[in-house]
Amino acid sequence: MPDIALRICGLGKQYTIGARQERYDTLRDRIAAAAARPFRRLAPGGLDASATLWALRDVTHDIRRGEVVGIVGGNGAGKSTLLKILSRITTPTEGEVEIHGRVGSLLEVGTGFHADLTGRENIYLNGAILGMRKAEIERKFDDIVRFAEIEDFIDTPVKRYSTGMYVRLGFAVAAHLEPEILIVDEVLAVGDIHFQRKCLGKLDDVARSGRTVLFVSHNMAAILRLCTSAMLLQHGRLVRVGDVRSTVAAYLGGQGRGGFVASARTGDAQILAADLEDAIGAPFEHPSCGDPIMCRIRYTLPHRSPGVRVGIGVLSCDGTPIFTTNTADAGVRCPSDAGDFEACVTIPPDTLLAGDFHIAVCLWNPGAILDLQEPALSFSVDAGRSPLYVEDATRKGYVHVGCEWSVIPVSSTVGVLS
Amino acid sequence: MTGDDVLPVTHIRPGSRAASFTVDDVWQARELLYFLVWRDIKVRYKHTVLGIAWSILQPLLTMVVFTLFFGRLAKMPSDGVPYPLFSLAALVPWTYFSSAVSNGSASLLGNQHLIAKVYFPRVLVPLAAVLMPAVDLMMSFAMLLLLMALYHVAPTPMMLLLPLYLLVAVLIAFAVALWTSALTIRYRDVRYVLPFVIQIWMFVTPVAYPASLVPERWRLVYALNPMAMVVEGVRSALLGTVSPGAMIPVALVVTLSALLAGTAYFRSVETSIVDLA
Repeated sequence: MPDIALRICGLGKQYTIGARQERYDTLRDRIAAAAARPFRRLAPGGLDASATLWALRDVTHDIRRGEVVGIVGGNGAGKSTLLKILSRITTPTEGEVEIHGRVGSLLEVGTGFHADLTGRENIYLNGAILGMRKAEIERKFDDIVRFAEIEDFIDTPVKRYSTGMYVRLGFAVAAHLEPEILIVDEVLAVGDIHFQRKCLGKLDDVARSGRTVLFVSHNMAAILRLCTSAMLLQHGRLVRVGDVRSTVAAYLGGQGRGGFVASARTGDAQILAADLEDAIGAPFEHPSCGDPIMCRIRYTLPHRSPGVRVGIGVLSCDGTPIFTTNTADAGVRCPSDAGDFEACVTIPPDTLLAGDFHIAVCLWNPGAILDLQEPALSFSVDAGRSPLYVEDATRKGYVHVGCEWSVIPVSSTVGVLS
Repeated sequence: MTGDDVLPVTHIRPGSRAASFTVDDVWQARELLYFLVWRDIKVRYKHTVLGIAWSILQPLLTMVVFTLFFGRLAKMPSDGVPYPLFSLAALVPWTYFSSAVSNGSASLLGNQHLIAKVYFPRVLVPLAAVLMPAVDLMMSFAMLLLLMALYHVAPTPMMLLLPLYLLVAVLIAFAVALWTSALTIRYRDVRYVLPFVIQIWMFVTPVAYPASLVPERWRLVYALNPMAMVVEGVRSALLGTVSPGAMIPVALVVTLSALLAGTAYFRSVETSIVDLA
């Protein structure tokens, strides 16, 4: 079986949650629990009432060498747990994994960076933590610095770095790992667009060099671009595996929702809610092609954030981006003070054709993405009474673009065939 | 890197033993161990004005206090050696031991973030934390030799045993840290209990007084504390006091058993560290 890189068999991970958790933070708790134990049997609810949660269950899948596997799923679907088990950070409760080759995992950019150490020192430290030999780091040192574009700051403590520089350096070290199997978790959610493109390019190279990559992302465009196959996890179970396009479509389809509300305030800049409204401000579930579609986005800024922008991306049902639009395009300057804000964007009537769409909402500043919800909203557009469908009831495509046409008679003397 | 050569095969299975470390794993990761120690040393001296001087100040100032109170006021016997030398020869290994234990105990908690994000043999964390204060030990040792020169005391041929004594100090600190670092993750109380335990431990170690003060019939019990042997040993090697003699084999047995027990305990909880932290 030289072709198999990872053989995952019946993998499961159980966590104990809730108040009855058998976890003692202090000796006092443990002593109290020990004292109470003889009486516990008598108590209603019994011994095994402690709530357990299978973060992952019955996952079985073989990954061939050279495959680039995208792992998609909603929050709490078990993506991170799967990556943690495969990276040997945590052990499974049941099942087995057989790994052929060395594993390099990048679950976070800049793991183990120490703020007081310089860029140079952190390259060595981070490289060693990720599993590189000292000689290997020395050999790749210049490439890493060049890739991170921090030549002038290499001897500056990283605490003086901008977020962008920090992320670039972190990714640069990890990008120069050369394991047979690379595990990457959502690292592209940070960093500026230019650098994201560079990272994707690097991952492309890694994939093309025949290494196996496991890639978790909420960025469907990145998954579609990079991956050769995909796994869809739902509530800890592997519900679909195979071709990327159909798996992503299944994921996005399953996510269908008319409105998005953040589950909790994180304390960071964050998208709080997004929903669709019709022209008079009523919630919109089934817009028609001829209606203006208004998308209302509520977000919060905990600190003053100059240059912050809000944008949406309209995606087709399989996750392909169709177009994006943002406040900067429209010449709108967002307030930079801390507080809660509401942005409103209107997609003009007769723009989206009949079909299923998703909307991704993004909050960023030129340095970094602050929050990305993809997809935040999913909806279907029907043909309705739009004039576009009067002539052509089976109009092709996703959007209608109003183009200018002219037709003039051409006399045979200026014919092109002469 | 992706040639057709035989790739290493790793199995991930449930259960605590599955992901546990072997001596070979630690050896393979020796460069990471080096970088972890190196990081702690760099970080430690980056924000201090006196820098490396701190490593000699602590034993030196303690020696001054001990000399005043135990040497001058209490007229503590010191096996015929000037009291400042007598106490410093013990304070140098003792200071190493106490900082290694407290550093080692806090290590897993302090590196939680690292442990949650990347795999490497977890035992490297307490090991690096115990090795780091050895740099201080070397500095303060140089100061001790300087003080000996001032008092015109020459080291004895027993000096050859010095590496053994210091090795025992490192190993016993590591054995303790294996327990306490893992216990600290589970019970944060350990952090509060530990300074107290270290303080008591110093009193049952002949730092301020000679082991010869301990009555003969209690000697064997006293020898169960390997640090007693280390302190007496360092003194005998440098200052020519009585060699710890029969304390040596007892200390070695205790140290090795503590190390084996510590390793076994650490291995049994190693895999749950991430889930608990």
